[in-house]
Amino acid sequence: MKRRVVIIGGGVAGMQTALRLHAAGIGSVILEKDSATGGKLRDWHKLFPTFTPASEVLDPLRRAVGAAGIEVRTGAEVVGLDGRGAVLADGTRIDGDAVVVATGFTLFDARIKEEYGYGIYDNVLTSADVERMLNEGTLSMKNGDRPRRIAFLHCVGSRDEKVCQRHCSRVCCVTGVKQAMELKERFPEADVFNFYMDIRMFGSGYEEMYREAQVRHNVHFVRGRISEAAPTIDGRIQIKAEDTLTGRPLRMSVDMLILLVGMRANDDNRRLADSASLTLAPSGFVQPADPFLHSVESGAEGIFCVGTVTAPKNVGETLAEAAAAADAVADYLKNR
Amino acid sequence: MAAINWGYGISKPRAIDIDRNNLRRSDEILHEMPELQSCIGCGSCTAVCTAGNLTEFNFRKVHTLVRRGEYEGAYELMNRCMLCGKCRLVCPRGINTRGVVMLIKRKLGDF
Ligand SMILES: Cc1cc2nc3c(=O)[nH]c(=O)nc-3n(C[C@H](O)[C@H](O)[C@H](O)COP(=O)(O)OP(=O)(O)OC[C@H]3O[C@@H](n4cnc5c(N)ncnc54)[C@H](O)[C@@H]3O)c2cc1C
Ligand code: SF4
Ligand code: SF4
Ligand code: SF4
Repeated sequence: MKRRVVIIGGGVAGMQTALRLHAAGIGSVILEKDSATGGKLRDWHKLFPTFTPASEVLDPLRRAVGAAGIEVRTGAEVVGLDGRGAVLADGTRIDGDAVVVATGFTLFDARIKEEYGYGIYDNVLTSADVERMLNEGTLSMKNGDRPRRIAFLHCVGSRDEKVCQRHCSRVCCVTGVKQAMELKERFPEADVFNFYMDIRMFGSGYEEMYREAQVRHNVHFVRGRISEAAPTIDGRIQIKAEDTLTGRPLRMSVDMLILLVGMRANDDNRRLADSASLTLAPSGFVQPADPFLHSVESGAEGIFCVGTVTAPKNVGETLAEAAAAADAVADYLKNR
Repeated sequence: MAAINWGYGISKPRAIDIDRNNLRRSDEILHEMPELQSCIGCGSCTAVCTAGNLTEFNFRKVHTLVRRGEYEGAYELMNRCMLCGKCRLVCPRGINTRGVVMLIKRKLGDF
């Protein structure tokens, strides 16, 4: 009898897991709460470190899912699960032989860091806004002017006890470097400043990008956290920080302040975990059985986890992990 | 009646004010030597510098301040450099640090 795996979440993690299972002769159903598959990549413009359009990753995945005849149910929000299936918000139960949790992450809500004025002042944006505006070709100041000075702030909603997010989101440093380069290309006359706490360039080619942003695009990197943003009389944004490498306070007004928002755990991780005795890490992300030999197993029988539901990851790591998850599921089904 | 001296004075503001500073000169320096912008603030240059070990000269700090448009005193401080080149041997970004000293002195000499 053909086995069927229930995959919760239709982002890159869920789709790639379904495809690798299909290649191993195992069927699956993808349950996606949104109206379409793709997850966060639907909103991203170009992906670091190669500036590959996000659609060049998403489209082939979606086409392959279609070609393989994998069942996709959109508008299907999962509210509970166990090792033999999932329960949707409307009470329907979807049965299977194993379950893969691929529900991803949630963007930090920048309004919580009120001192930066997101949602209060025009021209305070998040990195996610910038991706969307680049996609739509609408990136400019609110009044349509070209910005002459732009500041990026790293670690917004990450590494911050004040908002209960202790972890590093990993992808925001390189996103900040990528967007600084994209903005310099769009607005060459603008001065761009990145305010950082530490620069974390963990991936292949990332440090090289950082260096290129410095040398080729003349992006100014200032080590220090912006303490607050305030409006000026002429509608610009006044920011303050310490330039910690010179030991002096520093201030300036900018036309655009871009907050590099972090990746945080989904709010419904708690509910999903309670329904199936999964363990959550202190960060709220799902904790795999162990970080080495069982990194895609949840520890609960028949339940696997893949992608950013367990920790911040980039697209490449997520896709590679999906192959590992499919492999672990296939192993599990063989031995049952 | 003579004014009473309360012992207060007016302190000079210490903040780096990018709105007031003129970044164009620093742009010129970075345009001639873009590699200077790749500094990661590691401090190796200052650690090996004999002048920095004996005087208040801190090469990393001076060129960082210059890049923020703080030119005052930079020329005089750079004069303490003996151009020995030890800093260039250790800089992990491969910056021609001696060249930086010469360039900053040339650009800010008439400051
Ligand atoms: C600002 C920003 C820029 C980034 N840029 C890059 C980049 O340039 N390059 C790169 O490599 N990485 C980048 N990343 C990281 C990238 O977004 C992630 O690696 C990727 O989205 C992870 O995919 P995922 O499938 O694990 O999660 P997601 O993309 O979050 O997908 C999860 C899916 O699950 C669905 N779902 C959630 N809960 C439920 C539920 N209860 N029931 C049913 N469905 C559910 C969601 O609707 C979503 O479709 C960036 C991240 C951020 C924050
Ligand atoms: S990746 Fe960089 S910006 Fe993001 S949380 Fe970590 S240190 Fe901060
Ligand atoms: S070249 Fe100048 S700055 Fe460099 S180590 Fe020698 S004295 Fe110090
Ligand atoms: S050694 Fe090079 S990278 Fe390190 S602080 Fe000095 S100039 Fe910067």
